[in-house]
Amino acid sequence: MSKRLTNILVPLISILLGIIVGAIVMAISGFSPVDGYIALWNGVFGNTYNIGETIRQITPYVFAGLAVAFAFRTGLFNIGVEGQLIVGWLAAAYVGYAFDLPKIVHIPLALLAAAVAGGLWAFIPGLLKAKLQVHEVIVTIMMNYIALHVVNATIATLSDGEKTEKIHETASLRSPFLESITDYSRLHWGFIIAILAVIIMWFILEKTTRGYELKSVGFNQHASEYAGMNVSKNIILAMVISGIFAGLGGAMEALGTFGNISKMTAFTGIGFDGIAVALLGANQPFGVLLGAMLFGSLKNGGLNMPNEAGIPVEIVSIVIALIIFFVASGYIIRVALERISKKKKEEK
Amino acid sequence: MKKRKIGLALSALLASGTLLAACGNDDNASDTKKDDKKSFSVAMVTDTGGIDDRSFNQSTWEGIEKFGKDNGLSKGNNGYDYLQSASESDYNTNLNSLIRRNFDLVFAVGFNLHDSVVEVAKQQKDAKIAIIDSVVEGQDNVASIMFKANEASYLAGAAAALQSKTGKIGFIGGMESDIIDGFEAGFVAGAKAANPKVKVDVQYAGSFGDAAKGQAIAKRMYDSGSDIIFHAAGGTGNGLFTEAKERKKKDPKADVWVIGVDRDQYDEGKVDDKTNVTFTSVLKRVDIAAEDVAKQSKDGKFPGGKTITLGLKDNGVDLADSHGVITSDTQKKIDEYKEKIIKGEITVPEKPEK
Amino acid sequence: MEYVIEMLGIRKQFGDFVANDNITLQLKKGEIHALLGENGAGKSTLMNVLFGLYQPEAGSIKVHGKEVKITDPNKANDLGIGMVHQHFMLVENFTVTENIILGSEPTKMGSINIRDAAKKVQELSEKYGLNVDANAKIEDISVGMQQRVEILKTLYRGAEILIFDEPTASLTPQEITELMQIMKRLIDEGKSIILITHKLKEIMEVSDRVTIIRKGKGIGTVVTADTNPDQLAEMMVGRQVVFKTEKVEAKPTDIVLNIQNLTVADNRGVDKVKNLNLTVRAGEIVGIAGIDGNGQSELIEAITGLRKVKKGTITLKGKNITGFKPRKITEAGIGHIPQDRHKHGLVLDFPISHNIVLQTYYQKPISKAGIIDYKKVNDFAKKIIHEYDVRTPGEMTLARALSGGNQQKAIIGREIERDPELLIAALPTRGLDVGAIEFIHKRLIEQRDKGKAVLLISFELDEVMNVSDSIAVIHDGSIIDRVLPHETSEQDLGLLMAGQKLHQDSKKVGDE
Repeated sequence: MSKRLTNILVPLISILLGIIVGAIVMAISGFSPVDGYIALWNGVFGNTYNIGETIRQITPYVFAGLAVAFAFRTGLFNIGVEGQLIVGWLAAAYVGYAFDLPKIVHIPLALLAAAVAGGLWAFIPGLLKAKLQVHEVIVTIMMNYIALHVVNATIATLSDGEKTEKIHETASLRSPFLESITDYSRLHWGFIIAILAVIIMWFILEKTTRGYELKSVGFNQHASEYAGMNVSKNIILAMVISGIFAGLGGAMEALGTFGNISKMTAFTGIGFDGIAVALLGANQPFGVLLGAMLFGSLKNGGLNMPNEAGIPVEIVSIVIALIIFFVASGYIIRVALERISKKKKEEK
Repeated sequence: MKKRKIGLALSALLASGTLLAACGNDDNASDTKKDDKKSFSVAMVTDTGGIDDRSFNQSTWEGIEKFGKDNGLSKGNNGYDYLQSASESDYNTNLNSLIRRNFDLVFAVGFNLHDSVVEVAKQQKDAKIAIIDSVVEGQDNVASIMFKANEASYLAGAAAALQSKTGKIGFIGGMESDIIDGFEAGFVAGAKAANPKVKVDVQYAGSFGDAAKGQAIAKRMYDSGSDIIFHAAGGTGNGLFTEAKERKKKDPKADVWVIGVDRDQYDEGKVDDKTNVTFTSVLKRVDIAAEDVAKQSKDGKFPGGKTITLGLKDNGVDLADSHGVITSDTQKKIDEYKEKIIKGEITVPEKPEK
Repeated sequence: MEYVIEMLGIRKQFGDFVANDNITLQLKKGEIHALLGENGAGKSTLMNVLFGLYQPEAGSIKVHGKEVKITDPNKANDLGIGMVHQHFMLVENFTVTENIILGSEPTKMGSINIRDAAKKVQELSEKYGLNVDANAKIEDISVGMQQRVEILKTLYRGAEILIFDEPTASLTPQEITELMQIMKRLIDEGKSIILITHKLKEIMEVSDRVTIIRKGKGIGTVVTADTNPDQLAEMMVGRQVVFKTEKVEAKPTDIVLNIQNLTVADNRGVDKVKNLNLTVRAGEIVGIAGIDGNGQSELIEAITGLRKVKKGTITLKGKNITGFKPRKITEAGIGHIPQDRHKHGLVLDFPISHNIVLQTYYQKPISKAGIIDYKKVNDFAKKIIHEYDVRTPGEMTLARALSGGNQQKAIIGREIERDPELLIAALPTRGLDVGAIEFIHKRLIEQRDKGKAVLLISFELDEVMNVSDSIAVIHDGSIIDRVLPHETSEQDLGLLMAGQKLHQDSKKVGDE
């Protein structure tokens, strides 16, 4: 089989398989798969409102995916994207309502606050990893819980209630223009920032000496040390950059979707989905963008399945999980194919 | 390598697109014209608790279902329906979806939906939205429905204080908020009024959906001598029922009682055919309220921009049938309190004393 | 004489690439048959065909004279063929017995009968003199013993024909000697052995016959007793190989590296280098001879700034570099070919081009203002690949995909291109075939001839004797003697390495 053919066939087959198995699940549960998938399609592309909402949903996934992918590429497992995202959310929301500034300053300042908060939250596991060899998975998981409860407590203190004030208009990423073209969806300018972030990550990793060092340390600390790189510094920096992406993801929720932050009874899940997004995107910046598009589209489209086709949310969750599962397996299939061909080459 | 991956994912998206498009002979429900309608349709958006939370969302839905059946509607477009929210970001989308399907009245259940209701109401000026347990001001197309849960809680507190054998009772709250504060304040005030010496153990779980935590708190409270525990904690309260039932199963004579919330939770307290741990329930007749508002709206009297507050006087809140657990002596006292509250002789606090 | 295995005219192709082309190998009963070839000549492919992992496109396999089709490794097992892999396939936290029965667990009423198995393993171990404790955990035993577990595994499964794939690659000299004895013992017990290797010395020592393959083609089979290393090397490489590296007399000039009273501790705080003095002059190669573990690693790490110096000074061309960060030392003019090229020399998951700039990526002209010019990187990599004969499909191939020799050539190219005043080469030829060894030695001498200083650390006497202009013998963390290679016999050097001072004073050189 030629490479090109494989590249086209594998994803086609895997998506088709996901759709078929999802259809079987719907059929067994007594719902029409055709209606279900039409509803899913309409939930994504059906009207301008849904398109707007889908893009809005994709935006934080891009950041969460980039955060996970950046850490992966530099040899780290950042399971703490969720926590970094939550603290970023709070920081952006706070700056958004506590200051009175012109828009040109206010938005960048709020974004900066989110980046700093997320980066700081990731700095701690980075420091512990670099200096004391504490595994970052443990620390980042624990930092998630700390973030959740610290943020809830902070909201209670700041607002004396359930949620913070709404951010000022000057800090909002929303715009009447976007609302008008998408029929009042919550689409905001964050998607532009997300695309910029994708390009920035690509640029850092593929063009700069810093990116070269980060990757080198990620792949082989020993050789990097031999080559004169500062291993600890690079580990910490990798973690912080990852945390900055996550924090900005939180800013999207604060300055875009919600305009404030409410007490949370559970994690948002965006940070954890970010792991899947990163893996779907093969940890490549542009791959992450596509992974986030798939994730966000299915998530938002899935909302329309109970609405339009009367399929219960539980079944919808299963169907969506199946599609993602098969896309991911398609990737595995491809990797397996690549391995085999590589092995053959090595024999030569 | 990189290029290939991008190409791959692109083709994947395209593939899914074509496939779905092929199946999609678009008969979008939201295109239904307003003129086609014959009847008054109602729908609701749940909060993240879900439709079968055995509490709030479920009560509202029961009211809507009753309204629907009484008016010969069926589930679906032009009838009655609900959408569940899996996360907070779904509220806006779900409200929008229902409005786009031209439901005449959309209920938003719970104070969590407040911001979303405000936002959507501003955008969709023709829509009629009723929000439960929260007040939206300055929007003519939003009706707010509030309950004086503190009044019924007062009665529950009094009953519990009168019948507690240990002189110690408990209160489990979900998360601290104005609404739950009312439950706590009423309960404690009623208990103290009936028996100034009674001790009330108050604890918040920090969640409305954590049954395990609820059970842990219940265990601690029963262990430390509380015999009647009231919960205003949604799904977290299910853990309280579990703990009480387990204790009752081990020792049928054990004095463990639960006061349910929002709807009659008698069924939740069932151990076997003869035994039940439910003392009574503090009813918020969300179902009646929902049905009422739906009826009014159908008759063209949608209370837009107004806040409807329902108390004991309006039968909006009450205590459920105790199935004989509450003695007639106690019942007499409770009836007296109820009378006084309705007459305004007793003012039940809305905030707990700090 | 009866053949136990005959592989006749085997051809195996991967795409357009012919890995095995009409190769014939005949194994007699009770012989050790060596399969000799350079890295990548097709030895492993041929053995994987025999072991059922690959199906040949042409040719036939006969076992005990009967033609067979070996479709998978289980079939090979059934035919009595066992393979001792180069990379051990053992579960670290399982015991020896558990590892051996893995995959063919003897069960009794559904539960594994481990005790009987352990008994059988112990018996086998004693019969073949393998000296393995059946109940020891793999993680607790030495590499040599792990290999014997692999041998036991094949014997346990009833192998009559054993294939050893590069068995000495990771063994110490003592372990190699032991392995040779074990192989002879196996033959005495009626087994037959195919030994895959590129080490001529081992072949001469232990094998009965040798089959040589080169670039996928069978070159021939010779009786070991009738041949010599030179002839074998020529058959393997396809041209004459010079073992004795030709070089002109060294002309040492100024002192480049000067180490005075150096003391360095290892990770546990034990002094490994003790009060060591050493000088290396421009235009000479100083070989450090010594048995592994006598402070060589710590010495190199101290010079390159990777390990803290406890006491003493290191100067490079008169400049004190003691306690400098690795990068500063690199910039001061030291090149370093690390002893573990996978761990320290290369980032295996980087393309070869990225590896070429591992120390210079941040300098002009490779990068400007923090941005790397990858076109320049690739051009530079192409130049090194060309000049140092690194055989790779391209500069963007991952370093991992290259053979050991080519990886090492890339490292040497990288270090030499930086034109360092001092080149430290630690075990630069470990695990490489004769062709690559020859190439590397030539490069080291070239560097010397350009007037640079070279410090060579090696455990191989041949190498030290051959390449160095002067030999410093390290023992227990100190240089105990310094001798000239042409004035010292291997025996004397061996004694020195073992820590014995020579009675008869050999002429000392250097300036201690």
